[in-house]
Amino acid sequence: MIDFLSAHVEIIITLIKILLLLFIVLTVNAYLTWFERKVVAHMQSRWGPHRVGPHGLMQPLADGLKFLFKEDPTPAGVDKFVYFLAPLLALGLALTSIAVIPFGPDPIRILGHDVWLYIANPSIGLLVLFAITALGVYGVALAGWSSNSKYPLLGGLRSSAQMISYELALTLSVVGVLLMANSFNLTEIVNSQAHPAWGVGVLGWNIFSGPFPQILGFFCFFIAAIAETNRVPFDLPEAESELVAGFHTEYSSFKFAMFFIAEYTSMITVSCLCAILFFGGWLSPFPTSWTFTYYLPSLLLIPAGLWVIWDGIRYETIWGKMVLPVIGGVLVLLGAVLLVPQLHFVNVFIQGPFWLLGKILTFLFVYVWMRGTLPRFRYDQLMSFGWKLLLPVSIANVALTAFFVLLRSKP
Amino acid sequence: MTATLLVFFILATLSIIGAVSLILQKHPIHSALSLIVVMVALAGLYLLMGAEFVAAVQIIVYGGAIMVLFVFVIMLLNAGLEEHTNESKLAGFPGILLALALMGFVAATVARSTTSASAVGGTVPGALSSTKQLSTLIFTNFVYPFELTSFLILIAILGAIVLAHRENS
Repeated sequence: MIDFLSAHVEIIITLIKILLLLFIVLTVNAYLTWFERKVVAHMQSRWGPHRVGPHGLMQPLADGLKFLFKEDPTPAGVDKFVYFLAPLLALGLALTSIAVIPFGPDPIRILGHDVWLYIANPSIGLLVLFAITALGVYGVALAGWSSNSKYPLLGGLRSSAQMISYELALTLSVVGVLLMANSFNLTEIVNSQAHPAWGVGVLGWNIFSGPFPQILGFFCFFIAAIAETNRVPFDLPEAESELVAGFHTEYSSFKFAMFFIAEYTSMITVSCLCAILFFGGWLSPFPTSWTFTYYLPSLLLIPAGLWVIWDGIRYETIWGKMVLPVIGGVLVLLGAVLLVPQLHFVNVFIQGPFWLLGKILTFLFVYVWMRGTLPRFRYDQLMSFGWKLLLPVSIANVALTAFFVLLRSKP
Repeated sequence: MTATLLVFFILATLSIIGAVSLILQKHPIHSALSLIVVMVALAGLYLLMGAEFVAAVQIIVYGGAIMVLFVFVIMLLNAGLEEHTNESKLAGFPGILLALALMGFVAATVARSTTSASAVGGTVPGALSSTKQLSTLIFTNFVYPFELTSFLILIAILGAIVLAHRENS
């Protein structure tokens, strides 16, 4: 038994990491729906979910149970195989793409084995992500086609056209970053941003740093990525006011939930990519000499925890009075642990993931913010925007970046 | 080695099953899906040989872009089941002969060559393995064929636009 374990330790570690990451991603997904509903609600002067659990915190669980126990009818005349394949494809591909994303610079040492914060680190990491994105169209297109219904078919057609159009701009907009990093590997792309001017971390990030700041590239990438994930203002494939629910109209119960989870997982992937490609990944925005920034996680966790405790004491329901202070207590405790001098190495280790998570959350908030703010594009506007503005701008970005990279390499 | 061999046989079987089902399926969408399986399985085989860039491009270009267009057009035309005409006996018999001849030819070439990479545990020549070496090769030794190919594709695009416009006017 021990022999077997030690012989296959790499595989076992990877399997555990996959399970752990799946659990984390699915939980984050669930709470992303809660976060989105809360933020949009507050933007529209509503309360959002607040009945199930304190502040509606158990709402994702209730939704999940509802999805599981709903009746799951298969409409008449559907193409059975493709109809079942489509949600599997959508969810499977979306979850796979998380596997190549590195979440931190340093490995954790567990029982003498270095456990890195990624599942796979291929030298063509970014290309793998684009390959998965390229296949992601099928989930939506096949769902629309196989449902044997006019609204899903229209939604599927729209989404295929949209995703093909925006994939070009998406791919071209990162070429600038690739030229500057000289690599497809996501870890190396982050490391290439670690040499800022005057030691100020933020100036090393691709969006601000030379030879050619990728501001144009970032905006093209982010807009195209929103279109690829079918989110507002590019949610024409599921435009509920015209197409009922677009490609997933005929799906119910957990098959619908699979599309839902796939969409939110792609949102997370895109946020990770934005942070890694343009905003320095796990690099701190401050000068490296400012060691006091190492206490920022504690500085954030402790007041947040205290606020949750305070809020919990005043909460209306008994359940909330019990649960919220416990959550706040855990947050305060985490913050306090990071302050203990003997555990300084934990604090040092946590810096990378802390900044990366902060950036990812910021982009997720921007996603939700846009949903709360922008109206949907009209179809012809969507097409002309993609082909006549995004594509030329991203090509110009490639040409300019190539020019400046060449200029710097040959003085 | 054994794990590589296992993965090779899984991918090879998958691509053959995909290719056979591509021909046998009645519905165009099912045929297109089978073709996607073949493309992705081939990409897996390239990956097994260490040609990472080629594998990724295989999925992005063939599995993604081209096959999405196939599926898109089939959906747009809302094509139904294929109508089979009476199969031509004349085409059937020489077809099988030609297929067998092609198979023998390919097998003989593979068997005779010693320098070429083998998919099982072998690796492609160094020039193909990394993106940098591949692109150096394309933009130095093969720059003229490469540019000519891109012109060919450009001409095809222009041709498509001309054909589409003629119908309008």
